[in-house]
Amino acid sequence: MQTSFTPEQLADPHVAESEKILRRCVHCGFCTATCPTYVTLGNELDSPRGRIYLIKDMLENGRPADQEVVTHIDRCLSCLACVTTCPSGVDYMHLVDHARIHIENTYRRPLIDRLIRNLLAAVLPYPQRFRAALILAKLGRPLAPMLKRVSALKPLGAMLDLAPKAAAKASDATRRGTHPAQAEKRGRVAILSGCAQPVLDPGINDATLRLLARLGIDVVVPEGEGCCGALVHHMGRENEALDFARRNVDVWTREIDRGGLDAIIITASGCGTTIKDYGHMLRLDPAYAEKAARVSALAKDITEYLATLDLPKLEPKRLNVAYHSACSMQHGQKITALPKNLLKVAGFTVRDPAEGHLCCGSAGTYNILQSEISAQLKARKVRNIEATKPDVIATGNIGCITQIATGTEIPILHTVELLDWAYGGPKPEKLPTK
Amino acid sequence: MSEAIRFLPPRPAVLSRRAAIIADLTDLLPADCLVHEPRELVPFETDAFISYRRLPLAVVLPRTTAQVAAVMRYCHRYGIPVVPRGAGTSLSGGAIPQEDAVVLGLSRMSRILEVDYANRTAIVQAGVTNLSISETVGVDGFFYAPDPSSQLACTIGGNIGMNSGGAHCLKYGVTTNNLLGVKMVLVDGTVIELGGKHLDAAGYDLLGLVCGSEGQLGIVTEAAVRLIAKPEGARPVLFGFETSEAAGACVADIIGAGIIPVAIEFMDKPAIEICEAFAQAGYPLDVGALLIVEVEGSEAEMDTMLAGIVEIARRHDVKTVRECQSAMEAALIWKGRKSAFGATGRIADYICMDGTVPLGKLSYVLNKTSEIIERFGLRVANVFHAGDGNMHPLILFNANDPEDAARAEEAGNEILKLCVDAGGCLTGEHGVGIEKRDLMRHQYSDAELAQQMAVRSAFDEDWILNPSKVFPLEGRPVA
Repeated sequence: MQTSFTPEQLADPHVAESEKILRRCVHCGFCTATCPTYVTLGNELDSPRGRIYLIKDMLENGRPADQEVVTHIDRCLSCLACVTTCPSGVDYMHLVDHARIHIENTYRRPLIDRLIRNLLAAVLPYPQRFRAALILAKLGRPLAPMLKRVSALKPLGAMLDLAPKAAAKASDATRRGTHPAQAEKRGRVAILSGCAQPVLDPGINDATLRLLARLGIDVVVPEGEGCCGALVHHMGRENEALDFARRNVDVWTREIDRGGLDAIIITASGCGTTIKDYGHMLRLDPAYAEKAARVSALAKDITEYLATLDLPKLEPKRLNVAYHSACSMQHGQKITALPKNLLKVAGFTVRDPAEGHLCCGSAGTYNILQSEISAQLKARKVRNIEATKPDVIATGNIGCITQIATGTEIPILHTVELLDWAYGGPKPEKLPTK
Repeated sequence: MSEAIRFLPPRPAVLSRRAAIIADLTDLLPADCLVHEPRELVPFETDAFISYRRLPLAVVLPRTTAQVAAVMRYCHRYGIPVVPRGAGTSLSGGAIPQEDAVVLGLSRMSRILEVDYANRTAIVQAGVTNLSISETVGVDGFFYAPDPSSQLACTIGGNIGMNSGGAHCLKYGVTTNNLLGVKMVLVDGTVIELGGKHLDAAGYDLLGLVCGSEGQLGIVTEAAVRLIAKPEGARPVLFGFETSEAAGACVADIIGAGIIPVAIEFMDKPAIEICEAFAQAGYPLDVGALLIVEVEGSEAEMDTMLAGIVEIARRHDVKTVRECQSAMEAALIWKGRKSAFGATGRIADYICMDGTVPLGKLSYVLNKTSEIIERFGLRVANVFHAGDGNMHPLILFNANDPEDAARAEEAGNEILKLCVDAGGCLTGEHGVGIEKRDLMRHQYSDAELAQQMAVRSAFDEDWILNPSKVFPLEGRPVA
């Protein structure tokens, strides 16, 4: 579509990139159909096409963000269903990233919104702080209904609701150093511990380490690695996000140089999407561009990596698994059939819930900051999942696990936990004993 | 932005009352049903005919027929133009507003109200997407036949407005052949029902009149549509030809032999390359033109029909014949075809023509189209419903170059005139909108246009419904 930027505007590499993205859009409207917020709210302003138009108007006019634009951009889940749908190849992901940075730099949010965002950015990416916060959340839980009655405080109420009721058990997966292969060695990988996942559900990486060890893979948990930066990245806090990215790039580069890495394994697809984008995020930083691109190329979802290891076909189990494809998995990383194939080969019966392209409403901090839309999407997702009458739900992202678990009694596990069990690991505790 | 096609000048009496109108609409509707902040109006300034853009006065997003009626009653009383909008996917500018208009968006009326297999009917709200009907009844072995390429997003209300077609309309007909009834809000807010769960109704066929009336006779809020049982099987087959002429001639011979497959779709080389880049459907890249022919029915039926088609294709020196091997492959073949317009955005901006020609003239018109495009120094990709002669030359241009855009428009006008002169018509399925409005005199005599306009006036005396569309601005019965 037609754009009107001045040469001076285009001298800014962010604007130049956005202009290129906008030029590809032909305003066909296909994206509206698969957008969770448009499907829920029925207003084009809350659709990708509407947001693209709002962003275009804001950037072309070099205007600071205003309340209207912020409202509609904030409602975007960044699920990227629109990117899967778009026939023109509009890179909405990087366009909305740019818009969020522009908002963060030019718009002053109301006080409480600002405080809540500062709180999230200061706590979630840091496991120790997050762990402490969860203990406080347990104490504060009775306040949740009251908080949710005050519009500006809804996010705090939503946060308390999401906090797990029981603290996670101690885990081996965050122990720094090399977790050696227990079979003939076939490879060496690093694994991302990350931030929220080891606090909420360390069992996921425990299962990953066990499975990879049995498959003959050395797994390194490097010193110094941490949050991938996605949480603050999606809030438009670019400098903080890039700092997280640089730190991880440094850590992994050291490992690559030390003993070589076949892959950097990620067990949360939300993080995977971001780490695969490090090359792009740091493209303008001459000291990091090349290293970041190398890291991005090595980043693999655990299921992508397992698929290269030729796992043997197992006898069918009588267990129905509803596979929920996280948005960051199917839209962000374009990994669709692969995890399901692994589950099938391992003997599980895999069921596809209807409307699989729609987000569950988790979306990073979305279920805290936009709790009402999130709740509607969760209800819709759970309804579709339960309609397949599964024994267990499998997915590849901690955010979805936390979100969906608060809406259903059916146990929900990470795909790798089922695979670890099928290939000789312990039966996941969440599964009913029968 | 292009300027060649004019809009009606805004009514001063409406513009001067803007604040009062917004206040009144605020009283009339729940708060979240009204959009009026200037910045929030920008995304509603156009549809998929993006060369033209006009900001509306306000946008309303009602949830019920009663709310639609209230808005119409109000706008009628004060002479405020109303532009209905479904998903805003019109390729002819059917949903483009104007400065004095209220956009009446039906996106929130998106429920399927009733499915009645015994009467092969579904009752749906106007904002339901075309595809969601087939998805809903698909589990029970039924579908809704007209399938515009934008079916994922476009709404039934819009389909009715434009009498939309699609790839599978060759066998099943376009919207009007699959529409049984509507609930419609008249310009003054009166609610009427036309048709029902039966094939014919007493009195005039007003339903036929409403289908294709481009939102100028009333606002359809509900529709009864025909459901059809799915065939036992369906198989798209790819036929590659050396030249577009050979493919075009083959189409005419297939239909002339009395063979009616479900779909015969045409793609020329540029279109094949564009669609393959998006869908990776395995279209042959070494041919000059491709036909996607879909046959359906039992295995024996499909085999028999296909044998007849292959024989005819051989006479036209078909280079490759490839039968689709799996459901997944078939889905990809259709995904590529149906995404053709959007996928064109990967290489250029485009405007899409919609002329329809007699099948015997297909090759002639394709050749002449190339000549016109060459004369204007432009590029074209052809991808269209060949079986019913409904051509879609996509004229490629650079929207950031005003001269290029103007050339593309001029070339488009020449192509459409060519279609009319060849015995065809301006639009097969996209509607007149603003895009083809000023060419209507090329298609119709003054007397013919006057008769159509008299019908429009009978429904909407003051011409407030979608006023800048369909009829040339000069010679209207109202100023």
